[in-house]
Parts: sequence; C-alpha cells; structure tokens
Amino acid sequence: MADLSIDLAGIRSPNPFWLASAPPTNSGYQVMRAFKAGWGGAVWKTLGDPIVNVTSRFAGIGYGTGRMMGMNNIELITDRPLEDNLREIAECKAAYPDRAIIASLMMEMSRERWHDLVNAVQAVPIDGFELNFGCPHGMSERGMGSAVGQDPELIELCTRWVVEVSRVPVIVKLTPNITDVRVAARAAVRGGAHAISMINTINSLIGVDLESWNPVPNVDGRGAHGGYCGPAVKPIALNMVADCARDAQVRIPISGIGGIATWKDAAEFMLMGSSTVQVCTSVMHHGFGIVEDMIDGLSNYLDERGIGSVREIVGKSVPKFGDWNDLSLDYRIVASIDPLSCIGCNKCYIACEDAAHQCIDRLTDPLGETTLVVDSEHCVGCNLCQMVCPVEDCITMVRVDDGSKATTWRDRSLAPAT
Amino acid sequence: MEESLLGAPVAGPLSRMEALIEANRCLTCYDAPCIAACPTGIDIPSFIKKIATGNMLGSARTILSANPLGASCARVCPTAELCEGACVYAADATPIRIGDLQRYATDWLMANDRELFVAGPATGKRVAIVGAGPAGLSAARELARAGHAVTLFERRAEPGGLNTYGIVPFRLPVDVARWEAAQIARLGVEIRTGVNVGDDIAASDLLAQYDAVVLAVGMGAVPTLGIPGEDLRGVEDALDVIERAKFGRPVALGQRVAVIGAGNTAIDAATTSRRLGAEFVTMWYRRGPAEMTAYPFEIAFARSEGVGFRFHRAPQRIDGVDGAVTSLTFAQTMVIEGKPIPVPGTHETVEVDTVIRAIGQSKLSALFAQFGVVHERGIPVVDEHLRTSNARVYAAGDCIFRSGMTDAMVVVAAQQGKDVAAHIDRALGGVTA
Ligand SMILES: Cc1cc2nc3c(=O)[nH]c(=O)nc-3n(C[C@H](O)[C@H](O)[C@H](O)COP(=O)(O)OP(=O)(O)OC[C@H]3O[C@@H](n4cnc5c(N)ncnc54)[C@H](O)[C@@H]3O)c2cc1C
Ligand SMILES: Cc1cc2nc3c(=O)[nH]c(=O)nc-3n(C[C@H](O)[C@H](O)[C@H](O)COP(=O)(O)O)c2cc1C
Ligand code: SF4
Repeated sequence: MADLSIDLAGIRSPNPFWLASAPPTNSGYQVMRAFKAGWGGAVWKTLGDPIVNVTSRFAGIGYGTGRMMGMNNIELITDRPLEDNLREIAECKAAYPDRAIIASLMMEMSRERWHDLVNAVQAVPIDGFELNFGCPHGMSERGMGSAVGQDPELIELCTRWVVEVSRVPVIVKLTPNITDVRVAARAAVRGGAHAISMINTINSLIGVDLESWNPVPNVDGRGAHGGYCGPAVKPIALNMVADCARDAQVRIPISGIGGIATWKDAAEFMLMGSSTVQVCTSVMHHGFGIVEDMIDGLSNYLDERGIGSVREIVGKSVPKFGDWNDLSLDYRIVASIDPLSCIGCNKCYIACEDAAHQCIDRLTDPLGETTLVVDSEHCVGCNLCQMVCPVEDCITMVRVDDGSKATTWRDRSLAPAT
Repeated sequence: MEESLLGAPVAGPLSRMEALIEANRCLTCYDAPCIAACPTGIDIPSFIKKIATGNMLGSARTILSANPLGASCARVCPTAELCEGACVYAADATPIRIGDLQRYATDWLMANDRELFVAGPATGKRVAIVGAGPAGLSAARELARAGHAVTLFERRAEPGGLNTYGIVPFRLPVDVARWEAAQIARLGVEIRTGVNVGDDIAASDLLAQYDAVVLAVGMGAVPTLGIPGEDLRGVEDALDVIERAKFGRPVALGQRVAVIGAGNTAIDAATTSRRLGAEFVTMWYRRGPAEMTAYPFEIAFARSEGVGFRFHRAPQRIDGVDGAVTSLTFAQTMVIEGKPIPVPGTHETVEVDTVIRAIGQSKLSALFAQFGVVHERGIPVVDEHLRTSNARVYAAGDCIFRSGMTDAMVVVAAQQGKDVAAHIDRALGGVTA
C-alpha cells in the first residue's frame, strides 16, 4: 500500500485527510471519533473570544434529489470555554499522538491579545496554528475573520504577531471573498506564514422561502449573508489553490479546502498543489466514515500507478495550468458520437442546436432510424455535447489537427506585424 | 365475497419520495421517444419535470390537456408497450415509471380539486355523442372546449364505459372513472344516462336535432361459444362477471372455473375469479402460447395470481346435472395456416362448475344500420376524418376497432375522441388546427 503520510510545513500526519475547522471539530468527543475513523488530522473549531450563536444557522441547496450540493452557515467561532477546548485538545493528542491537531485562532486586531491567545493555546501540545482570516459573516462585522483576510496589510500584520510568539508552524486560512487570492497569499508569506489553507466559505444567500418570503436560513424572519461551502464550491477552491501554487511569490505549502467529498477530489487538489486537504461539509452530510473510502481509494489509485508515496503527486498538474494566452490556437478536437452506445435522448442535439454551433445533424436512415452525426467541419470542439450526454464514453472528443503547430495568442501578439 | 382482495390494487401509488426520485431521474430528452409512443402525445418530459419542480397543477394540466382520460390511462395503459417501452433507459437501465408518475400527478388533481379547462365561447352548434365511454368523453371535452353544445347519450346508469364497468377494480377503481366523467360534465356537457339510443331515442331524432353525431358506442356483450350446453347455470359472460364484482354485486362462481379465451378480457375474468375466491381457475385457449393476445405483463400477473393455462384446446360441449354445469369437453387443436382446427377423436373432459366466455365482444350492427352508416361486419367504415358514409355522423373508439390495427385501448379511444372532435369542429366551421 502506498505511503499516504504527509508533511505540511513540518506538520506531519499519517494521511492527508484533515477535518476543517468547523462543527465536526467542535469537541474532543468528536475529534476522538474522527481519529478512530481514520482522519489524519483535525483543525480545531476556531478558538477566540466568547461569542453567542443564533438559531437557525445552516441551510442547504440540492440539485435534483441530491441533497446539499452546497450549504451555507451563519455560525460563529467556538461557543465553548477555551479551557474546555484546550483540555480536550490535550486528551485527543495523548490518545492519538500520530495525528495532527491544529488550533484555529481568531482575535481582534490587537498584538497583545493575539500573543495572549497563542501562548495560552500552545501551552497544550498542538502541531500547528491556523489563523482564521476567512469567516465571512458575523465576525467580519466586528473587524475579524474575512475583514482581516480582505486587507493584505492586516493579513501581514496579524500573521507576524502570531509568528513572533508561535512555537509551531503557522497556517494562514484565506478567504475566497476577494478578487485575487494571490495578493492575500503573498501578504501571508510576507508576514512569515509557514503554509496557507484555502478556501473558507463564500458570501452567499441560499434562498428565499416562497411561502413566507423569508430569507433562508432565517432567524425569526430576518436573514444575513452566510458562508457557502460543499461540493458546489470545489471548482472555485481548486482554482484558488492552483493560482497560489503557481505563484512565484507564494511558494509555501498549501492545505486545500472546499467541496472535497471523495478521494478523487482530494487527489485533484493534491495534483494542483495541496499537501493536505481539509473537509467540512461532506462530513456534516455523511459523518466521519467517509474517510475510509478516501484512504482506500487514494491508496488504490497510487498503487495502480506504481506511485510509492502520495507526496509524489503533490503539485504535478500545476505546470499544466496557467494563462489563457498560453493555450494553443492550433489544437483542434471534434465530437464523435458512437451510434452503438447512443440511447437516442437527443440531449446533445438540442444542446448544440440551441446553445452551441448547430453542428449535430439528426439523420433518418431508410429504415426510419434516427442517428446523430456531428458535422465535424463546423464543430468547434466545445465539449458541450459530451457534457450533456448521459452515457459514459458515447461521445468522445477526437483530435483532428496534426499536432505540428501550437501557436498561442501570446505568440501571435509577439509576432511582427506583416 | 373478498372485497379486500378485489379492491387491493395491483400497484400502489408512488410515495412523494419515490415520485421525486423518479421524476429527477428523467433525462428530459429532446423530441423524446416516449411522447411519440403515447397515442395521445402527452408531453411526458414536461409533466415529469413539473413534478420535480413541485408544479403539480402544471403537471396535471400537461397530462390532461393531451389526454382527457389521463387519470385512468395512468392506471390501465400497457406502458411497457407504449411510453415506458420507448424510454431511452429501457435498453440498458430501468425505464422511468411514467405511468406511476402520471398517476401521481393525476391523483394530486383528484385530491386537490382545480378547474383546468373551460368551455369555449358558444358557437351555437350542437353535437350528440352516443356512448359515454373513453372515446365519447374525450370527444365531448374537446368539442365543449371548442364552444359546441354537447350532449352525451349513455345507455348505462353511469358514464365511463368500460372504465366504469369493464376494467377490473384492482387496476381501475370506479371512483377514478367517475371523477374523470365529472370533469367533463363540468364543462357544461350534458350527460344523459339511461338512454339507449336506437330504442329510447331514434337515430333520426338525433340527426334532426344535432349538427353532428358521434358514434362512440364501443362493442357489445361477449358472443356465445356456439356449443351445446351454453344455457346451463354456471355459464357466464366475462364482462358480466367483472362488472358484478366491480360493483360488489353477488357473483355465483364455483370452485373450478374454466375461462375460454386468452385475451385481455379473459385474463381479467380469470384474475377476478381468483380474487373472488375460486380455487382452480384455468384459461383454455385454442391456439398456442405465442398467439395469446394478452400482454406478457398480463400473463405474468395472471400466473402470479394462481391462474393456470392450457393451450390448443377448443371447447366442444358443456354438460350439466340438474341444469348446472358439471363438465366441459374440449377437442385438441392443430393450428393450420393460422387457423385452429379441432383434431378428430381427441376429446378431453374436465370437471368444472363455472365456464366463463371471454372470446371478445360482439358488434353493434343494428345501431349503425339505424344511422344509415355503411359498416363491414359490424364495423362502421370511416374516412381519415373518422367520418362515416353519413356525412354528419362520425365514429370513434372501440366501435371502429379492427383486429390487426392497434390494440383496443383506453388511450387510443381517448385520442380518437380528440381527433373526431377536431374534425367535427372544422366541419362546423371552427378553428381547431
Ligand atoms: C375486460 C376489459 C379490460 C380492459 N382492460 C384494458 C386495459 O387494461 N387497458 C386499456 O387501455 N384498455 C383496456 N380495455 C379496452 C378499453 O376498455 C376500451 O378500448 C375502451 O374502453 C374503449 O372506449 P370506447 O369509448 O370506445 O368504448 P366503451 O368503453 O365500450 O364505451 C362505450 C359506451 O357506449 C355505450 N353505448 C353503447 N351503445 C349505446 C347506445 N345504443 N346508446 C347509448 N349508449 C350506448 C356503452 O354503454 C358504453 O358506456 C379493456 C377492455 C375490456 C373489455
Ligand atoms: C457550519 C460551519 C462552520 C464553520 N466554522 C468555521 C470556523 O469556525 N473556522 C473556520 O476556519 N472555518 C469554518 N468553516 C469553514 C470550513 O472550515 C471550510 O473552510 C469550508 O466549509 C469549506 O470546506 P467544505 O466545502 O469541505 O465544507 C465553517 C463551515 C461551516 C459549514
Ligand atoms: S463539441 Fe460543441 S460544437 Fe462540437 S458538436 Fe459538440 S456541442 Fe456542437
């Protein structure tokens, strides 16, 4: 079995699967259960000044009958006393010394108070800190969470305050509610962060109840924006991870978070530069047991490819991801429909006809059978038909250029005008 | 009588959860093959999508606008042969349960009374429809929507035709047929029950009083077998047995029942007999298993209900003691050029106490003659507009059913009702496209 152990800026864990700082890491009881189930690490529910939570707190959004494609929350940081959390952290670490326990922290913008919090927490055995500069609701209205994460100067300053006194590696958790995540990541690097993690939740309003016209979720008829997470946010998170991973001014390890539900999601995040991954919503949806297939699936994947350690895949897809201007303008693929596996739903036909380039023809043979044929001269190779096709491998995209040229937009702009 | 078994539905309604899972499984095909496979052309992906989005009213309207008999069809259509058989999932996966979803939507409407259709602005034209079965009801609704004044003449005490009287209660409860007829009456259609056209009112009167007449009379009773002993006590007409069972009237069945025939009606008579408590029920057919006209799912259902099948047997004689049936004698048959021929000297006698005739339905030739309508062996000849030889008389439904065409089905009768209404509307100067 492949070696799944990982090292993120000196924080070691037997596998890359960590629980994100959130309800699943609220208490020692839960973290013990998670470690028993196999999780490699846990980022404790954010510690800080006492808060008061509201009810209700969460809302989900499904797709078809699928539940919780995304969820949002208006929950704040931990509502339990610091002493209780610290005692339980110590108990968990004693019971599972090989697992990583990272303390998530949030504090007002005061150097002294940050120092006090860091010192109080590192009195118990922890493997690292994660600074919550990402919580987009509630705490941000009080100048914390994403209010820090949206201001590069504050990120740098706060990170420095923590690094000054921390005896363990410091991870800065970034907010996605920002135009260019690299600016925030670079600020964390300047502040001395040892690693970054992303993403925290995205500003969101799940919906409006059509009976009461209340926002969803609502607290006694009123709502406020919450933080969005779950499988629906994966593409956004993955892009931000990839952006940081390829940035020359970042160059510190990344813990990927956002929509991770399966070993496949995890492997993708790792290929795009994450050393570890963190999971929240999928555990809230299905419980800690999902880690079993995450471990099993990832190690089988590695074994089948003869890859000895998961560390070997970290960042392997990063060089393949970059600017549009560097994409080849000569590469050409066209759709090809396998008539034998086609079930005749015509989804590709109507998609291309109404929303792409009108190049799937419905031909009727002498027997009256209808077949779908791609007009490969006009097909632009957009992939839409393949995406809507319900049958696996029925529509394939076939390369038609000879591969001899790969002119990019950048090449073209640089070429002397003729 | 075991009321509970007779009423126990073959398939229960979908739960809300099942309906949502199933509705969301639908691919929403473009130019979907299920639509083409539905004789009434219901926009199936659309009504299913509406279930998925919680638009139940819209879903029911989509179904019923294409098919006025959508609620009964949801229960009685041989969906494996129609929409579900055409579902793109049918080959490699489980087809969408279209019939059950249709039932889910129409059940919703039955439980949540809403007015879906209204009569059109009055045209001043009058149309008489003879027969308030599926074909007549469907024609009535469409004609009323086009603004014509419609009167339905029905000889039975209740409208609905075979939906009310002939389709077994465990597939179609009477209440559904009644509700469906009531929806049509709501459009201002006058339904005059207990009027036997030809006897109680002359064809000439209808022709004098109405601008057009639709014959939607279906077919008649089950013909006799033409063998000795048919007048003995214990010899029954399949439709009569089903009707009595459906309305909870006493049915004097013995313990050993022989059903003669192997079509849909024979299956229904056999399963009804089992559910009424008959111990041994056997279907006797003069051809082989492959020639049975009942659908595979019906045959499987009959077997699961404990009905036995015997093939290549033609009834020759019914014998009795004290006027009651005691035995039935068959000859073995050979099918030669498609015709079952009794093989001489191959007699087989079985002890039975009940013989149920289920060999199709007779034709109502006399009525067609009264209307001056040309018919071929009891089937009115119609042109492509369903118009008979009498230019103001049209015909639709089972009464123009010819074997070898489609099957006699409620859904086909419903479509013909729509078609005949459109043709009449055009003939009366309406605007039906
Ligand atoms: C036992 C049985 C089971 C069946 N099961 C199914 C099934 O599962 N699925 C399916 O799709 N189809 C089934 N069918 C077929 C289906 O019932 C018919 O195709 C359908 O009812 C035809 O409708 P219709 O309106 O043409 O005729 P009918 O339903 O026969 O209606 C004709 C109406 O005309 C009335 N009438 C006749 N003469 C006169 C007159 N002179 N004056 C006034 N009124 C008159 C009759 O009383 C009757 O109400 C079954 C049929 C039978 C017999
Ligand atoms: C109810 C809830 C509470 C959360 N609380 C915190 C928190 O206290 N601190 C924190 O850093 N992130 C918090 N998060 C964000 C998660 O750690 C994580 O970044 C985000 O949910 C994306 O991951 P996911 O898609 O796997 O859920 C919370 C998320 C949820 C759903
Ligand atoms: S790849 Fe795009 S353009 Fe080509 S056939 Fe498919 S949908 Fe049409």
